[in-house]
Amino acid sequence: MSARRRGADISHWRRLWLYVFVLLVFAFLLTPVFIVVPMSFSGSNYLEFPPQTWSLRWYQAYFGSREWIAATKVSMIAALLTVCLATPAGFAAAYFLRHSQTRFAKAVLPVLLLPQVMPVILVAIGVFFLYIRLGLVDTLFGIVLAHTALAIPFVVMPILAGLRGFDERLEFAARNLGATRLQAIRDVTLPAVRPSVISGALFAFVTSLDEVVIGLFIAGGPNTVLTRRMFLSLRDQIDPTIAAISTVLIAVSIAAVVLFMLASQPTRRAKAAYDV
Amino acid sequence: MSQDIKAGGTTRPRDDRNRVWLGSLPALLVTAVVTLPFLWLAILSFISEGSPSLAHYARMLDNPSYFTIIIDTVKLSIIVTAIALAIGYPTAYFINLLTPAWATLALGLVAIPFWTSLLVRTYAWMVLLQRNGLINSWLIEIGAIDRPLRMANSFLGTTIGMIHIMLPFVILPLYSSMRQIDGDVIRAARNLGASPSQAFRDVFVPLSMPGVIAGGLLTFVLCLGFYVTPQLLGGGNLTTISMKIQQNIIMYGDWGAASSLGVLLVVLVGISLLVLHWLAPRALRG
Repeated sequence: MSARRRGADISHWRRLWLYVFVLLVFAFLLTPVFIVVPMSFSGSNYLEFPPQTWSLRWYQAYFGSREWIAATKVSMIAALLTVCLATPAGFAAAYFLRHSQTRFAKAVLPVLLLPQVMPVILVAIGVFFLYIRLGLVDTLFGIVLAHTALAIPFVVMPILAGLRGFDERLEFAARNLGATRLQAIRDVTLPAVRPSVISGALFAFVTSLDEVVIGLFIAGGPNTVLTRRMFLSLRDQIDPTIAAISTVLIAVSIAAVVLFMLASQPTRRAKAAYDV
Repeated sequence: MSQDIKAGGTTRPRDDRNRVWLGSLPALLVTAVVTLPFLWLAILSFISEGSPSLAHYARMLDNPSYFTIIIDTVKLSIIVTAIALAIGYPTAYFINLLTPAWATLALGLVAIPFWTSLLVRTYAWMVLLQRNGLINSWLIEIGAIDRPLRMANSFLGTTIGMIHIMLPFVILPLYSSMRQIDGDVIRAARNLGASPSQAFRDVFVPLSMPGVIAGGLLTFVLCLGFYVTPQLLGGGNLTTISMKIQQNIIMYGDWGAASSLGVLLVVLVGISLLVLHWLAPRALRG
């Protein structure tokens, strides 16, 4: 509809250059993401495209390496723990921002947004400096704490948007009918803003899994995260094993995008609740 | 409370104030871990041997290599932002022409690199740009060049990789500001005698400026502090401020030098925000 309204007087022929240009832009955007996938199945010692021979040797190199698997485990555990901590914390913060009208609450929002414009290298050296004093360098607890603090603002934003679109009087009604605040949140508010909570949790997961720079400073030794090991390996040479790891990570990202899009559709139950 | 009664007949429960403040605790955690430690370092950068001094900053002025680093960082950020905007604008414009279903698909395609690990995308560019990599072999095959171009480990390679990483950050805000433009305004301009290109230039472009400013600023600020991509794609031939900060700590253990550079980075980010603050009302008025 918008296409007809905005551009009917210009023929597709005159727009041809735009279509070609945009096609090239999408090729530019997507080629680097997907070129790694066929290369990871190459049978040769070098990265070549298209591969002359096919094999799973780089996947064997990945899954057979104790170091890579250990790093993958640390990353997965850190990411899951980050989701478990950052999602409730982000919900609590968003709930606070939605319901408190005090001047203090108004000051909290910019404080939460600040880390998003702060260069990550500065966060990294600050956290490193703090952790040296607290003895938290290279500990799982330290990694999860840093990732949680980093993820909270990304969780608060979608949930706050969700809560703003939710009629809070439904929750008040539940509480006036005898539910405690926690019961009302659990049974009325949470189901209604579920999509935004899921997006927040996904943001937290991806934030933790993809974090590189802070990990370079505080996630070494027995608790080396996957991204740190990848980064250090890439600095020396272009190892085809990383193509295999990258393919796995791309699959995880696409799963995240699909989940994200599914989550942003309201569930049938939530729809039914609104229809009542 | 009376307002609530008027609005819907459901009153705000009486205990509403209680315990909501607990929700501010996560903000405290964010501040304690993310923001405050650097603030502490920033203060320490003005102290040398136990007394207030500008020694760390004086050293920056004495050493000409720091000047190169700062110029390179700003130059890289400006070039990447400008090219990303130039590529992103027509792309967002195109997505805005599509029907809702196609636009969702196109935005999904833009989102795939956005959700893909930064390290994976940088790795892909290392593979594509290396001396015997795909781009060089294709260029030789079609006869555009005789010898492989030196693209990995260079300013050029870093620029290409960073444009790729920044494009979604430009396209998404541009698209959302273009969506808000009322198509009737463009049609009114056309009915009043403007040619399609005049209507585009004098009506559509000015109305899309909020997106240009938001996307451009976000990209510029992110570029200033970028570490991973310049380190891996610029390897040795390009040093940015954040790379120097990392070196100062990991290689030399020199916290004073690293923190003073960090303060400089914050100042650069602050200046860009101020410039925007000054620029935005003008651009929006025009």
